[in-house]
Amino acid sequence: MNVYKEEKIMKTLLWGSALFTVFILIAILSFLIIKGAGALSIDFLTKIPTDSGEKGGIFPAILGTLYLVTIAVLTAAPLGIGGAIYLVEFQREGIITKIIRFGADTLNGVPSIIFGLFGFAFLVYYLKLGVCILSGGLTLGFMILPTVLRTSEEALRAVPRGDKEGSYALGATKLQTIRNIVLPQSFSGIVTGIILGIGRAAGETAPIIFTAAILNPVLPKSVFDPTMTLPTHLYNLVSEATPDKLLNAYGTALVLVMIILITTYSALLLRRYFTRNIRR
Amino acid sequence: MIMKTKIKIENLNLWYGTFQALKNINLEILEKCVTAIIGPSGCGKSTLIRCLNRMNDLIDSVRIEGRIFIDDVNILDDIDVVSLRRRVGMVFQKPNPFPMTVYDNIAYGPRIHGIKDRKTLDKIVENTLKESALWEEVKDKLRTPALDLSGGQQQRLCIARCLAVNPEIILFDEPCSALDPISTGRIEDLIRKLKENYTIVIVTHNMQQAARVSDYTAFMYLGEMLEFDTTKNIFTKPKNEKTESYISGRFG
Amino acid sequence: MNREKLVERILLICALSAIFVIFLIIMFLFKEGLPILKKEGLSFIFGRFWEPSKNIFGALPFIIGSLSVTFLALLIAVPLGLFCAIFLSEIAPGWAESLLRPVIELLAGIPSIVYGMFGLIIIVRAIKVSIGLPTGESVLAGGIVLALMILPIIISISEDSINAVPRAYKEGSLALGATHWQTIRNVIIPSASSGILASVILSMGRAIGETMAVVLVLGNVEMIPRSIFNPAEALTSVILLEMGETPVGGTHYQALFAIGILLFVIVMLLNTASILIRRRMR
Repeated sequence: MNVYKEEKIMKTLLWGSALFTVFILIAILSFLIIKGAGALSIDFLTKIPTDSGEKGGIFPAILGTLYLVTIAVLTAAPLGIGGAIYLVEFQREGIITKIIRFGADTLNGVPSIIFGLFGFAFLVYYLKLGVCILSGGLTLGFMILPTVLRTSEEALRAVPRGDKEGSYALGATKLQTIRNIVLPQSFSGIVTGIILGIGRAAGETAPIIFTAAILNPVLPKSVFDPTMTLPTHLYNLVSEATPDKLLNAYGTALVLVMIILITTYSALLLRRYFTRNIRR
Repeated sequence: MIMKTKIKIENLNLWYGTFQALKNINLEILEKCVTAIIGPSGCGKSTLIRCLNRMNDLIDSVRIEGRIFIDDVNILDDIDVVSLRRRVGMVFQKPNPFPMTVYDNIAYGPRIHGIKDRKTLDKIVENTLKESALWEEVKDKLRTPALDLSGGQQQRLCIARCLAVNPEIILFDEPCSALDPISTGRIEDLIRKLKENYTIVIVTHNMQQAARVSDYTAFMYLGEMLEFDTTKNIFTKPKNEKTESYISGRFG
Repeated sequence: MNREKLVERILLICALSAIFVIFLIIMFLFKEGLPILKKEGLSFIFGRFWEPSKNIFGALPFIIGSLSVTFLALLIAVPLGLFCAIFLSEIAPGWAESLLRPVIELLAGIPSIVYGMFGLIIIVRAIKVSIGLPTGESVLAGGIVLALMILPIIISISEDSINAVPRAYKEGSLALGATHWQTIRNVIIPSASSGILASVILSMGRAIGETMAVVLVLGNVEMIPRSIFNPAEALTSVILLEMGETPVGGTHYQALFAIGILLFVIVMLLNTASILIRRRMR
């Protein structure tokens, strides 16, 4: 009898912890929506902030985040996809692939604040790029490189061996096979990895706070200008919490989370579509 | 008709790491004949034909010794593997059409070899589909995904795809093992027809199939080639004891 | 043929870029931070006082701050995460699984600054009111916020290792008349233990390296916390808060990079341990 009681209690606990996890997400999202929806308006999205963020909108921050993410993707995508192609198609499993993978995993684990320190010491100060979009974008690009590399690698490995052999058996070269067979089939998987990287880059604060961000609501003219960004703007509003700033902080957080959740969710949908379409 | 030797294998040895998969193979394959390679699974027959288009290059830790002449050129030398594979087509065990349309599957080979002209490609697609006895079934479905075809149709599509690059030799690696009896019959008919123009080597674990389609048969066992003769002789009066017991179904 | 070699070269460079970046990070951290570490030696790690204006640099309060928040977070998140993982792989009906999975992925996608904000406004306030502290900013608040953040990692890696337990073990146990929970406790969890350990170590690394979530809720006092209700400051927070006010190349600047080295070394050791454990599992 005792055994059955225990079984029942434990199953309740298991269900309970799952429900609690769902509850956490609902709590965070409803917190943001209830508090932040009031701040949202067309003006909020398209106007420049005034009175150090107490009034006005967040347009420069949205734009700045967009710029940073673009540079980050332009950095990480070629390096990550290229590296993945090398790992899967050009290099036999061995010491070299192990080293490369270990490097990617290590980089993946580096805390974001360290990326900030590094971006400042190397890009801003040593290479004299200054605090600007380029420095911040490159720093974020280095940060999401492992994500892009490993997801691309997974996507490339999912291409059936038979398809590659079929192409080689017709006298296709390695490059032709990669271009015509391997890349088209792994495309959606690679894009998923890039979108996941975008989601991560858009939300990071610590790497860009010393390398790209300013508080002044000035629109950048080139990649060599600094910029406002959503996460750093949010940090500044929250850390000096006056009631007016908090309202705008909720609004900013809501916009940021919506951008990230939409990108992450589209990546998830894409991945589901992708795995469903793996044949045989 | 005087038969010309198309492929000549001399003292071929192959290792996967430390495991020797092929032991001192010698074989002559005649032009425009069907040569079957039979034997119990794991005997090295697939490994052997994958040497003929250097497909084993794609596998790690393979070491090959010996010589394979195709038209008197040793293909194990440092030759252009890509043009070799153009001349030596291959049809795989599992149908492996690319995830593209029927048309693009066949046009794939010609396109990578530089044929861009639409009309020429159309012609090639039609001709090869006719040659592989698939035209009537798919002529209205050229723009549908090849993966929507049935397994047997997919395999004939792979044969058409292979013919589209104009090979001289076609290697079949157990082409019917994933198919139903009706599809198998069609493919066997096709192989018999194809030998008018191509040199064919087929690996099969199905002895009846070897008997039905081939002119010559080689029997392999544990990496060695125990016997090679006309198919008729192998099946009626095998010289080797092992061959006889395999053919009469005592093992394998 | 030549073109292929050229492409291969270029791709190799791409593949090596991650290692190159790691190398650069280590180089610049040590270039800036090593001098002061050498000069101060162990007193940098065990010094109890951090007063940059007087050139006194003891990082112990921050080390203890980071560790205590992290352990508290693990204490909360490991049981919860492990239970969720067991739920997902063992008892969840299809609909519950397809609900919970996206929830976990979305939780993983929420940026840390938003966790910090949620922590500051909801959790810190709740602690203040319910326990009656003068301020709710405390190790406890940091631990709870970090627990929420590392939950998705613990769930996904633990679940992988639970799923990797051979079916035969489970069936063997059930066939002996064990209940499902007995089977989970006596067969499945022990067989998956190294994977679960790997997930715990990995999330420990994430927690120690986390900045934005903790800086907003810890209170940031440069003192060793006496209990979980005290405010504290984490290694990451010091760098974030003080980097803006230090001249490049000065001692204070170097001291912040030295903290970066400490952080880097701790996190790398944990990550490597986690990778090694997972590799041995396979």
